[in-house]
Amino acid sequence: MEANTRGTGRLPAAFLTPGSSSFLDFLEAHRPELIPGRRKLPEGVIEAPHGTTIVAAVFAGGVVLAGDRRATMGNVIAQRDMEKVFPADEYSAVGVAGTAGLAIEMVRMFQLELEHYEKIEGTVLSLEGKANRLTTMIRGNLGMAMQGLAVVPMFAGYDLDLGRGRIFTYDVTGGRSEERGFAATGSGSVFARGSMKKLHREDLTAEQAATMVVQALYDAADDDSATGGPDLARKIFPIVSLITEDGFRRLTEAEVAEIAVSITDQRLAHPNGPQAPLL
Amino acid sequence: MSTPFYVSPQQAMADRAEYARKGIARGRSVVVLTYADGIVFVAENTSRALHKVSEIYDKIAFAAVGRYNEFENLRIGGVRYADLRGYTYDRADVTARGLANVYAQTLGTIFSSVGEKPYEVELIVAEVGRTGDDDQIYRLTPDGSVVDEKNYVVVGGNADSIGNYLGQRHRSGFSLTEAVKVAVDSLARDPNGGSPRSLTPDQLEVAVLDRQRFQQRKFKRILGGQLARLLDGDESAESDDSDDTGGTGGTGGSNGSNGSDGTEKPAATPPGDSDQ
Repeated sequence: MEANTRGTGRLPAAFLTPGSSSFLDFLEAHRPELIPGRRKLPEGVIEAPHGTTIVAAVFAGGVVLAGDRRATMGNVIAQRDMEKVFPADEYSAVGVAGTAGLAIEMVRMFQLELEHYEKIEGTVLSLEGKANRLTTMIRGNLGMAMQGLAVVPMFAGYDLDLGRGRIFTYDVTGGRSEERGFAATGSGSVFARGSMKKLHREDLTAEQAATMVVQALYDAADDDSATGGPDLARKIFPIVSLITEDGFRRLTEAEVAEIAVSITDQRLAHPNGPQAPLL
Repeated sequence: MSTPFYVSPQQAMADRAEYARKGIARGRSVVVLTYADGIVFVAENTSRALHKVSEIYDKIAFAAVGRYNEFENLRIGGVRYADLRGYTYDRADVTARGLANVYAQTLGTIFSSVGEKPYEVELIVAEVGRTGDDDQIYRLTPDGSVVDEKNYVVVGGNADSIGNYLGQRHRSGFSLTEAVKVAVDSLARDPNGGSPRSLTPDQLEVAVLDRQRFQQRKFKRILGGQLARLLDGDESAESDDSDDTGGTGGTGGSNGSNGSDGTEKPAATPPGDSDQ
């Protein structure tokens, strides 16, 4: 830790001050420079890798959150196997679009914030409480967002009180809205949303919901150059996570591969994917 | 004007040590011992909300006796220290040894500072290792001494007599059932030689650092039904991960780079599992 100016190795006062269960509040008192978005930025514009499309959908027993694997920097593919979907705690997950480095930092801090609260209080935050903590963190990043380094996460979780999956989306200013049914964020979100609009039903099973979000990511990759589709040659597939009453579960690579291969096979015959009835 | 009494430094320190010792001896004891799969903590505690045993980090737990507000403050300080360290470096860089050092410095400074009263607490910081040989248990006394303990340790009132009893019965490679039984028997003994009390699950706080737990966070509380079955000597209760097992650990705390191998995340424990 930092040098102690009083000549003893004793924990600094901020560590032993009771009152707050928030790790961010503690950092505010002790090491404010560690808070994401608190650093002063020099003038100018930099180019940094950007993560793209995240999709989420509610199904009968919970919620599914999935993301493609591509990060782009201008017209270059910066990374093919980036991960943008993470567990936030046992019953929630967060997916991030936007500036990759800052997004990963925000996710780490968010995970830590939830774990810290859990350890100090001995109980977990409500789902709304978690969603609100994320709002605060996005708002803290507003200065960076205005210089083009925005982070736009999506938060999904299983609400143990209500007994159903819920999805929260955000804008760069931290504006939070709860989505009904399904949601998408990132550059390919327009196409993914259009796809899910035709495919989503409330009574989907977990397997069907997983297939539907991979279809939506396929459609997004089809029309958005910054979104990556399933890469059969390199065996890079979207990350799909399910959050149910049993907690967070990330589908294995084999499970997602099976879904992706069957979708790709079907698209060989019908390049535009499944067709919805006209009426 | 009167001259203040001269008190020799030896006497001043002895008085402070005596003061702290008396405060600690008033409370009920906490027993910590190793078993085959990790470290088990058994405390006599009727409260469900005010814990004597708590999680600090992935493999580190904390147990304390003495004045509640003082050790609660130290616990929160420890969680903050561990979380900040894990965030700054890596989760693997948070160790019980480092935490014990920080606690020792803090307690020692408070003990010898003229303006403050010594803390009336005795702490245990334990870390579960990959194998039994890597398990670490540190005991911290109010004057800031650290004792590196092996196999078992007792703090609180009657620590000596409970420790003697445990010393005769502890062996490495205990099953969880055996370890809990010996710990509870040792707590139930009457130091004056009377017949032992009987302790029910309601009077006990039991938690483990279980190296076999596949979650990143190894700390788990053993509550309600599972504890009752363990006390009855039912070995099948050991691996029970049903509704009445406690524990805060789950997928939480995986860091940003986690899961890059594409493996399945462990299914988390069921609801009602947070340790109220």
